[in-house]
Order: sequence, then C-alpha cells, then structure tokens
Amino acid sequence: MAAPAPRALERYLAEQATKTTLRFLTCGSVDDGKSTLIGRLLYDSKLIFEDQLATLQADSRRLGTQGENIDFALLVDGLAAEREQGITIDVAYRFFATDRRKFVVADCPGHEQYTRNMATGASNADLAVILIDARKGVLTQTRRHSYIASLFGIHDVVLAVNKMDLVGYDQAVFDGIVTDYRRFAEGLGALRITAVPMSALQGDNVSTRSDAMPWYQGPTLLEHLETVQVGRDLAEQPFRMAVQWVNRPNLDFRGFAGTVASGRVRPGDAVQVLPSGRRSAVSRIVTFDGDLEVAGPGQAVTLVLADEIDVSRGDVIAAGQQPPPTSDQLAVHLLWMSEAPMYPGRQYYLKSGANLVPCVVTDLKHAVNVNTLETLPAKSLDLNEIGVANISLSARIAFEPFAANADLGSFILIDRQSNATVGAGLFDFSLRRADNIVWQALSVDKAHRAAIKHQRPAVIWMTGLSGSGKSTIANLLESRLHDLNRHTYTLDGDNVRHGLNRDLGFTAADRVENIRRVGETAKLMVDAGLITIVSFISPFRSERRMVRDLLAPGEFIEVFVDTPLEVCEQRDPKGLYRRARAGEIQNFTGIDSEYQAPEAPELHIRTTDVSPEQAVEQLLGYLEQRGLLQAGGG
Amino acid sequence: MFKPLTHLQRLEAESIFILREVVAECEKPVMLYSIGKDSAVMLHLARKAFHPARPPFPLLHVDTTWKFREMIEFRDNIARELGMDLIVHINQEGVAQGVNPFSHGSQVHTDVMKTQALKQALDRYGFDAAFGGARRDEEKSRAKERVFSFRSAQHRWDPKNQRPELWRLYNGRVRKGESIRVFPLSNWTELDIWQYIYQENLPIVPLYYAKERPVVERNGMLIMVDDDRMPLAPDEKPQMRRVRFRTLGCYPLTGAIESDASDLPSIIEEMLVARTSERQGRAIDHDASASMEKKKQEGYF
Ligand SMILES: Nc1nc2c(ncn2[C@@H]2O[C@H](COP(=O)(O)OP(=O)(O)O)[C@@H](O)[C@H]2O)c(=O)[nH]1
Repeated sequence: MAAPAPRALERYLAEQATKTTLRFLTCGSVDDGKSTLIGRLLYDSKLIFEDQLATLQADSRRLGTQGENIDFALLVDGLAAEREQGITIDVAYRFFATDRRKFVVADCPGHEQYTRNMATGASNADLAVILIDARKGVLTQTRRHSYIASLFGIHDVVLAVNKMDLVGYDQAVFDGIVTDYRRFAEGLGALRITAVPMSALQGDNVSTRSDAMPWYQGPTLLEHLETVQVGRDLAEQPFRMAVQWVNRPNLDFRGFAGTVASGRVRPGDAVQVLPSGRRSAVSRIVTFDGDLEVAGPGQAVTLVLADEIDVSRGDVIAAGQQPPPTSDQLAVHLLWMSEAPMYPGRQYYLKSGANLVPCVVTDLKHAVNVNTLETLPAKSLDLNEIGVANISLSARIAFEPFAANADLGSFILIDRQSNATVGAGLFDFSLRRADNIVWQALSVDKAHRAAIKHQRPAVIWMTGLSGSGKSTIANLLESRLHDLNRHTYTLDGDNVRHGLNRDLGFTAADRVENIRRVGETAKLMVDAGLITIVSFISPFRSERRMVRDLLAPGEFIEVFVDTPLEVCEQRDPKGLYRRARAGEIQNFTGIDSEYQAPEAPELHIRTTDVSPEQAVEQLLGYLEQRGLLQAGGG
Repeated sequence: MFKPLTHLQRLEAESIFILREVVAECEKPVMLYSIGKDSAVMLHLARKAFHPARPPFPLLHVDTTWKFREMIEFRDNIARELGMDLIVHINQEGVAQGVNPFSHGSQVHTDVMKTQALKQALDRYGFDAAFGGARRDEEKSRAKERVFSFRSAQHRWDPKNQRPELWRLYNGRVRKGESIRVFPLSNWTELDIWQYIYQENLPIVPLYYAKERPVVERNGMLIMVDDDRMPLAPDEKPQMRRVRFRTLGCYPLTGAIESDASDLPSIIEEMLVARTSERQGRAIDHDASASMEKKKQEGYF
C-alpha cells in the first residue's frame, strides 16, 4: 500500500470506506505450512511494520527453523507456551488488507483440539483455505477439515496444494491431488472448490505468479481471495430479527434492539412476533444516525412497533406473511466441546439467537466419524465428537434450519453448574409441530390430590455411597411418617433396578438414564400427592440437579448421607466393595467410578456422628420446619 | 435501497451486537475507559447501541496518577457532556507507598497502580462484566483472545479455561465473583479505528496531534515532561520539539514521535507510511516478547 499524496487522502479514505471484508479460515495438519502461508500473506501485504519485523528477525535466530532466513511461521504464533512446544493451540485472528479487500484470517491448528477450534473458525468465516502437503496428498485430516468446514457453514473452499517446490513443481502431482479431492468432496454437498499449486516458503502463487509452474493458468491465492464472491444473499430471504434487548429509556419510547438476521424491513411492514404469533407493523427503524428507510442483514437497529404488544429478549420479529417455524423438539447436529462426555438425559442451557432455555438431549441417534464420515451407534459423545441427536427444550422458540439461516439455526449448550460452553450445534428440523400437542390439563390436579391427604408432597432424595446407610434411614423415615398418617412411597435403588430399570447397567450413560427414569417417576408420585423418599447412590451432581429442575421449587430435598469410603468399605453389608476391589465388579462408585458429593444439600447427615434414629429426627425436624408435615394443599 | 455493509459498517454492527448482548445478559457491567482513541470509539459505539437510551452502565477509569494532564481534562469533559457516570479509581495503598514509575520502575508501577488497582475497583463495585478496548491486531498474543474473556474470582485469565465462541453466540454467564472482560473492538485494526474517528468526527485527546511540547530523550524514547514530578538528570534539559503520541498512557512511560501531523487526515497518512508499529511507544511492552501473556494471566488488561 503506497502512501497517498495529502490531497489524495480524502479520496483514499472514501475508497477504503467502500471496501468489503473477506473472513476466511486456514486449516491444515501440523507442518503443512499453514503458519508459513499466513506469515507470507501478512508479509506480502506489506502491513508488517518494521519493528515487528525486527522482533521477528531476532526471534527467527533464536527459535526459527530456517537458519538466517525469516521464518514466517513465527510471525503468527502467539502464546508463549505454544511457542515452546512449536505448535499453535487455538484459533488466532490476523488482519491484513490489499488495495481491493480487507481480510480477517482465522488460523486453526491441526492438533487434537482440531474439531472444536475448526468449528469455531468455520462458524465465523466466509471461506476455508485447506492446506495439503504436495508430498502427502489428500489425507484423513484433509477430509476431516473439509467435513467440519462444510458442516459449520462454509460453502467456498480453496485447496492450497503447498510445498510444490519439494515435488519439482510437477503438474501431475497437483492434478492427481485435485482429482482425489474432488472425488471425495462430492459427498459433502455443494462446495465450490478452487485449487492452487503453491510454495508458501518460496512465495510461488501466493501473491505473485510462479515462474516455476507455467502450466498453471489460474489465479494466485491472493487474487482469488480478493475477487471471490462468497455466501448467499441473505437480503433476499424473508425478514427475521432476534430481539436482543428491549430499549425503554422512558414511558414514551419502547424499541426492540437487534441485528437483522435476514431479509429487509421497512417502516409500515407487517410483522409477526414469534413464538407468541402476535402481529403488528413496524412504525420506525431507529438508529443513532437517524431513522432508516430500510434495514437489511447484518445491520444493528432498533425497531418500534405500531402496537403495544408483549415482546421480550429472545423473541423473533419476522415478516408477517412468512414467519419462521417454532418448536421445542428438534433434530440437531451436535459437536461436543467439553472434557466431560455428553450423556442423553442431562440438562443444559441452550443458547440460540437471544434465547436461553433449559434443554435435554433426549436421544443420541448416532455419532459421526469425522475421518470416514461413517455413522456409528453411540451412547455418549466425547470431546470433539460430532453426533446427531434429538433435543427437547423447556420452551418453544423460533428457529430456522441451519442450512437456511445460520443466526437462527445455530446454538450452543452451556453447563448449568460451571457455565462453560460445552457443545455447539445446528438445528436440522423440528420433530413435531409443538403447537399440535397440547398438554392435557386434568381437572383434578396435584393440589387437590395433596389436599385430600392433608399433606404437602415432596421428594426426599438420599444420595451417598453404597453402604452409607441410605436405605436404613429411608426405611426408618418412612415408618415414622406412616405413624404420623402421612402418605408416602419409597423408591430404592436396588429394587428399581430389578424392575423399571432392569435393562440398565452401570456405565456412566446408563447411570444417567437410571436417574432420569427415577426422577420422572418421583415427579409422578409428587403429582399424585405423595411424600416420596428416594434412596439412590446418584453419584453425579448434574443428574441430581436435573431431578431438582423437574420439580417445583422447594419440592426437592437433597439429603447427603455422608459416610467416609473407608467406613462403607468396612461395613460392606452386601460384600460389594470386596468384589469391586477384587475386580469382579466394574464401575463401582467410590472404587473406579466417581462420587460427586453435593455442594449445598438441604440436609447433610454425617453417619459417623449420629445414629440412624438421630438422623431421622434431624430429617423430621427439617420437614417440620419447612412446613411439610402440616396439612395444606401446597 | 439496501446496500451490503462495507467493512466499517460490518465492524460497527458487530461491536453494537456485542455491547447489547452484555447489557442484556450481565447484571452489572462497566466500561473501562482509558481515555485513548480506542476508548473514544468504544464509547461512541455504546451510544449507538443503546440510543435513544444512554448507555446503561458507568465508565471506570483506573487513574495511576501519572496520566497526562490533558487526558484527565478530556475525560472529565466527555463524561460531563455525555451525562455518563464516571468512576475514577486510584490505588490509595500504592499512593501511600509512594509507588511511581521512576523509583519503582515501569513493571512495579504498572502492576500496583494499574493491574492491582483495576482488581480493587472491580471487587469494590462488584462488576460482573467489564468492556475493554483491546484489539486483536495490537500484539501477537492478543490475536487469540476471545471477545468474551472469562476471569476467575481472583481475576485470573486461564488460557485453558476460555469458552469457545461460535457464530454470534457469546456466553456471558458467570458465578458469583467471576467476571467477563469483553472486547467489542476485537476485530478492529488501528487503521479502522482512525478511519472511524475520521468518519464519525469523534473528539480525541489533543495529545494525538502534533504540537511543540517539552520532551527529554531517554533510552531512545522521547518523554514529555508533563509536570514537575519528573526527576531530571543534571545534564537533562527539556527541549521543545514538535511531537505527538500514537498511544496514551502514563506520561513517563509513553514515548512521543516527532511529527507534523496536526489534523486527522495527516495522522492517518502518517500511519499509512508508519515505520514503527504503535505499541513500540509503550515502555511496558519492551520487556520480553511473551510478556503480554504473563501480564494477562496476572490480570493486566
Ligand atoms: N519446502 C517447503 N517448505 C515449507 C513450505 N511451507 C512451509 N514449509 C516448511 O514446513 C514446516 C512447517 O511449516 P509451518 O508453517 O510451521 O506449518 P504449520 O504447522 O502448518 O503452521 C516449516 O519448516 C516450513 O518452513 C513450502 O511451501 N515449501
């Protein structure tokens, strides 16, 4: 970029103002030359300032692999720890510009966290540059990168066949690789592919045409990136905008702030608000710079509606005649991004658009092998695994299939305890029209059933190690409640496993399902008006929390029957610890399967300090204090 | 007619989205206002995001007591003109201990008066989200920073514990004591910032414009003698030189460049032919090549 003459500066700025941006991601395996390529692009685009260059030259001598030459790769590696290991760990964003376009590069590494990082990069990119080492050709990881990129919304791919200098700039090698790749990519749907033979190290066909490959007639990589038209025209789709924030500075103004996801909107347009279905019309499109005549995709605006209707964060304002579907049961693609595996049945928060709703993965259909694209039966998803699943939301939301609109078609899952982002996914389609299934409102309800029994129903949930004394305490408690004329029922782990849950084993996935069923059963019993005592090891916090969330506030009473492992093992009433130690039983809680103690149980019983009778007194005292032993319909 | 967004429009809309998302999801956000050009842009974007309402959060300035006088004056004027609440926090313990850049060195001074002071302020007011004006193009290690950067209750940044950011789905949920630093300008470059200031005609601290100022030369940097607290060596004599600043911080730590650029177009022009990148003017960055990384882990912004 040459420095413009002073008077030309205004013109220069005007030109800048009309430039568009291309956001692309680069993916390749370790050592394919990705960092070298990005470094070269930054270098060639002359936006590398001199002092960065000076640091770079010093670094190259210290850490570089290129002797006295500049190691372009060092220009783009950032985190200190990564540098020492010589690998990049995360997605890094780089910026450069040419006279024709501005670029943002998402640099995605090729090590084991690849899937998560690539998905992240792809979700915010318009195009993917997939690197191939000319000596190695199309590899498993090339397929993996291409699949993930296309799944997460990339339609345009550049196949950068690198290190051509090491294969004698041989056209046959290049052609062979391109043919291989095209054959594979047919399975990925409508990918637009451009292949470029290059040497990132020598600079061939990166930004300058290669003298060594006269047989190649196509554009250099940079020429292609400068001119390629990407993406779909979202402006031609029906209007949709998720409401991010309700702007209410005073009684005279009520506007709905959001970013247009698709389509165009003008004052006077009829709109529908989803999921409520309420109708109105747009009266103003407000911005700081004045009201607009029209707004389109990507614009951040504030809409004022003609009618005083109820609209809140998460709602979607959409074209009146073409509203998006709504649902609470969806088929999805799901990428798991947490160290702790995903088991169907657990509750998460789902964030989609501006919605945040509790959600359960009800059914994992299968996992996808990202290397072969084969589907595999699966009971859980591990870190970096992709699966196809059904999910159930606690409320209906407006959505679009991902293929139609990424903003309304994508979601993340958030762990309810740590708040970490643990999954990301794409809506495929609604499993039913949620509107058709109306919850049966029965005329005799929980309150009536409880009132006739003169009690308040609740679940008293005892959790603790095997042999901690849960069943003993549960049994005594039920007798005492019975003496007090309370209507009770006890669900015991061992008993339920003989019947309802006979088909379940002790893997983590089965344990989750075990608790889910018991939770649902306990909920029915509460609905029937019973004081329900549950005595289950229930080792995982998230499942206990799931049951808590199933019930009304205050109905779930978590009782931690706290007995040290050594004591349980000493008691060993059923001889189970001995067998587990001997390796005869696998996945035994406390031995080779984790027990997660409650963080804030309603009641904490330390059995080494109190007898079972005293424990029951403690329990009754608590129930009394909470008003659960009084009559009353709840 | 609706035209596709240009580069700057896309950046602006993206930043507005981020600002709104935080206000909608977090309980008590604050904007870290450092008075420089990036803060000027960030504040302007906040006004756009919430118009016609006023940005629904206060500004927080961590004052090391060594900022240029013109910065403080500018800060107070802007807050008053825009009707924004301004919280100024000074680490009084540091003041009591007499911490300053001369006797304690840039590292200790920055740690006590900036990093520790910021933590104190965040703790005192219980903010669960803090907007900062950092950009990914500023420095290599920042290229990997998230837009929403999660901090533990001890304000630590754990590179292993950051949340993936897909699409526009930011996760701002925190437990009590934890917080999020949010960088709405992540995808802006220095040139974008200047172009935007030009396009929107934003006021900036006059120190960015060239003017005759009293400076001394130290370790190859031109340091402005902004007040009489600056100890001078016997042979040091402030000279009047025509200089300006590319970044603004504590005056004893901020190098000036000789320049004739006294209006925005000439600043931008100078930038385009810049022979040194902007952070070179900051003494704190000279230490080690990966030092930024360490500072971030410790909670330096
Ligand atoms: N001969 C040759 N070597 C290359 C080329 N591109 C990269 N390399 C070398 O391959 C190695 C790995 O490159 P790097 O950019 O670090 O790979 P990354 O792991 O994909 O980022 C380095 O030693 C580079 O110098 C090329 O086009 N030709």
